[in-house]
Amino acid sequence: MKQTLIKGGRVLDPETGIDGVMDILIENGKIAEIGNEKSKIQNPKSKIIDASGKLVTPGLIDIHTHLREPGHEYKETVESGCLAAAHGGFTAICCMPNTEPVNDNQSVTDYILRKANMAVGVRVYPVGAISQGLRGESLAEYGEMKSAGVVAVSDDGNPVMNAQLMRRALEYAKGFGLLVISHCEDRNLTANGAMNEGATATRLGLAGIPNAAETVMVARDIALCELTDAPLHIAHVSAEGSVRLIRDAKARGLQLTAETAPHYFSLTEEAVMNYDTNAKVYPPLRTDRDRDAVWQGLRDGTIDVIASDHAPHSSVEKDLEFDAAANGLIGMETSLPLSLKLVEMGLLSLKDLIAKMSTNPARILELDYVGLKRGNPADLTIIDLEKKFTVDANTFCSKSRNTPFNGWELKGKAVLTMVRGKIVFDDR
Amino acid sequence: MKIEKKDILDIESLSTEEIELILDTADSLKEISTRPIKKVPTLRGKTIVHFFHESSTRTRTSFEIAAKRLSADTVSISASTSSIVKGETLADTVRNLEAMNPDAIILRHSASGAPHMLARLVRSSVINAGDGMHAHPTQALLDMMTVREKKGRLHGLSVAIIGDIAHSRVARSNTVGFLKMGAHVILAGPPTMIPQGIEVLGAPVTYYVEEAIKNADVIIMLRIQKERQQPFLFPSEREYASYYGLTTENLAAARDDVLIMHPGPINRGVEIAPEVADGPYSVILDQVANGVAIRMALLYLLLGGPR
Repeated sequence: MKQTLIKGGRVLDPETGIDGVMDILIENGKIAEIGNEKSKIQNPKSKIIDASGKLVTPGLIDIHTHLREPGHEYKETVESGCLAAAHGGFTAICCMPNTEPVNDNQSVTDYILRKANMAVGVRVYPVGAISQGLRGESLAEYGEMKSAGVVAVSDDGNPVMNAQLMRRALEYAKGFGLLVISHCEDRNLTANGAMNEGATATRLGLAGIPNAAETVMVARDIALCELTDAPLHIAHVSAEGSVRLIRDAKARGLQLTAETAPHYFSLTEEAVMNYDTNAKVYPPLRTDRDRDAVWQGLRDGTIDVIASDHAPHSSVEKDLEFDAAANGLIGMETSLPLSLKLVEMGLLSLKDLIAKMSTNPARILELDYVGLKRGNPADLTIIDLEKKFTVDANTFCSKSRNTPFNGWELKGKAVLTMVRGKIVFDDR
Repeated sequence: MKIEKKDILDIESLSTEEIELILDTADSLKEISTRPIKKVPTLRGKTIVHFFHESSTRTRTSFEIAAKRLSADTVSISASTSSIVKGETLADTVRNLEAMNPDAIILRHSASGAPHMLARLVRSSVINAGDGMHAHPTQALLDMMTVREKKGRLHGLSVAIIGDIAHSRVARSNTVGFLKMGAHVILAGPPTMIPQGIEVLGAPVTYYVEEAIKNADVIIMLRIQKERQQPFLFPSEREYASYYGLTTENLAAARDDVLIMHPGPINRGVEIAPEVADGPYSVILDQVANGVAIRMALLYLLLGGPR
């Protein structure tokens, strides 16, 4: 029997409420025991991982990433993306369907999962398309994709502009137990905007995207969620008005969940000054006021999840005039350290933060394992909360370098990532 | 004296002293254009690339003439004659130009920030000849020169800028420039053409043209940019002309010695009535003449003497 003993770490699991120095015994990839140091699980035959002084949490799950394979392997592959995830402390990631070809059928889903099986071992949960070809015209084959392994559907960067199609998507997905993830944006309001609308855009002479481009769509989708009684997850919330709408809808008991990304609580539109295309992202970075609202939403539980929205682009897409540059930034390798700042700032408890990056995503995706429980697969992350480092994009495992956080001094980092009892990253 | 910066990208980055210096230099160089032999050897041996990625008649010609009057060698490229049509990126095109060692690159581009990006990439001086909706510093300088020439000062004057503020780089650069030099600036136009947050520039905004015109010393009319127009900004040119255009009727509210300016090209009968454009208060052609002097001054101050 293959055994591993993780010794003396502070085990923190929001699901079970465990928080204390404990040992975890792993047998055959599953958690066999969790207990105090002097418990029976001290076993001389085990491989021992010394976690003293470190935090041991359920494996982090990134509910929103882009792996670019198939189609844009020069930006990222399933393999490089999984490696980046492991380095960021993630044991599982969801990858969006905007590949080429689009993941709107089981053969693309199969392909991604086959690639994932050959990679480092991080779990990959593909997200299928809401509509065929992400064109917003007709439903994709949810049944077949679900059988092939998708956990949710989303048209990702292409908002579903047709409300009737969105309604049918919610209804049809419900029949297969699939979550619908919505990128809320009214494309007519966005028009040709390149950054947040307001004083900074006016100063820079860039066309603006108003907050309302997001909030009118959040409002519409909440109405459709209520109409269909189907679960809906709002992706990358960035605007004050969206937080308010989601809070109210949740208070009415809708099956609604929401995520935001580290850049929306770490940066504002000021990051675009100097026309830095690494800070060009959809939805755009917004104002202090929106960032404060996102903080508040994280704090009071309106926003359930922190996702990276890892969007790799090469210099071919980024080394351009601001208007012409692609949207998106990479985040899997900076997500945890940036999020830990929220704990340092006193905005979130460590337990709440881990919930938003691990157990909440698992529950929203209805994974059959949540948290560190006996019998669950040994998916866990060991975090060194004191580790200080400087972000250097050149050391990233991701194939792309488009981060606005290069050079930032951060504290706290994953030092070991384990999936099904197998170490996929170790930097103790 | 010369300017101790590599590039001229916008008005924000120029100090009032630098603006004074540019205007004074332009005043003194203006005379060269009236000589029978309109050429001095100041920039002999210097190479200037005029890279006009967006179409332009007057700015481009003005820069070319300015460079030639200072005896610089000039090369002219437009997007349609450059490798950009073959799919080369702007950055690569300019890196290649840089390898041929020009002393200055004059860039006109439809994307805001394009000259800033180039300035980071090349050793040559970059002069912004208009970028997207962002800035048109040489236009603002020639406008300030024209006003100073006619009024003897900039400080304390009331300047009204009227029209499509949202899409106008001229409006932005002029607002910043005139405010910097101590003038009062008021912006006017329909609400659909007033961008969010414009107040940060420091000029009040009105939706009523009469209010802006009243007591104005200078009126700068902006062009309705048909090529940049998004839908729904205004219902018809007819309505625009009657509510936001400058006509002899609403001009009556302005000061007796008001100056009427326009960066051109003008849409006659839309933002400005023909009789106003050609009338006694119009200094539109003086602006064009001064454009050459301003561009000569900038080239002289950036490239003259050893760097």
